[in-house]
Amino acid sequence: MLQDAARLKVTRDDAIILVEFTHRKILDEANIVEIGDQLVALIESEHRPKVIISFAGVDHLSSAALGTLITVNNKIRNHDGQLRLCNIQPQIFEVFVITKLNKLFRIYPTIKEAKESLEPQNQKGVV
Amino acid sequence: MRLGKTGLHHSGTNVTPSSALWLRMDIPSDLRRLQDVEEAVLSQCQRYCYTNRDLFALKLAIDEAVANAIKHGNRSDSEKHVHIKYRVTPHRADVVVEDEGPGFNPAALPDPTREEHLEALHGRGILLMRAFMNNVVYSPTGNAVTLTKFNDSPRTMESAVVLCQA
Repeated sequence: MLQDAARLKVTRDDAIILVEFTHRKILDEANIVEIGDQLVALIESEHRPKVIISFAGVDHLSSAALGTLITVNNKIRNHDGQLRLCNIQPQIFEVFVITKLNKLFRIYPTIKEAKESLEPQNQKGVV
Repeated sequence: MRLGKTGLHHSGTNVTPSSALWLRMDIPSDLRRLQDVEEAVLSQCQRYCYTNRDLFALKLAIDEAVANAIKHGNRSDSEKHVHIKYRVTPHRADVVVEDEGPGFNPAALPDPTREEHLEALHGRGILLMRAFMNNVVYSPTGNAVTLTKFNDSPRTMESAVVLCQA
């Protein structure tokens, strides 16, 4: 099933929700509130969601986007789900390293590796 | 002299071979106008072959500084403006972002990389500015910040213009 909710591309595959961004400036300050609302709405109705967010094609993000990702991570954790990030280009990955958020998020090079990292039996608190 | 929607106008009186005019623009407290500031500064940097890494760093720092000015300085008050002044040479880019708020003490902010703050939703903008810029200096009142980025691969002004426009 493919949904095109504004600037998010959401694909569901075998209980895994893959989120991709359709615009390279999607995580700019001007867009982030709307994107955050869409991501939270996506997760809100899910039980134990397994979510992969791919940053392919994204060439910028702001600290507000990091705050949004933390909110999404907390939502997923509250729903006993798992979140993985992937396809993060080196300059953006550096942002995660500087803020030490690479310790908070589980980040993988590719969607395939992110999928493989998801645990079949969700455990509470595992993100 | 005002140019276009961004309210861009030239300032300063003299230019020397190694310097450039300070340019100014004022924007209302509207995050949608951030893009105007980025484009104004980065288009100048591109003339001088600033590296993609430098451009990424400047865009990030400008985003953070202007967003802070709008959200925290001006409290998103549509009656208030953010005043930007910038100067780009082949060797360095300086951007001054000033809001109309009361200012703050950046030294009083908690370290967002500490474990107890790692999941905080805000407070990383200044950390990122400092990480990606060569210099970040706040005014004594805290309502203006000067960002400085040196060009990683400086060329002379003449050769840069020729090469980048080729």
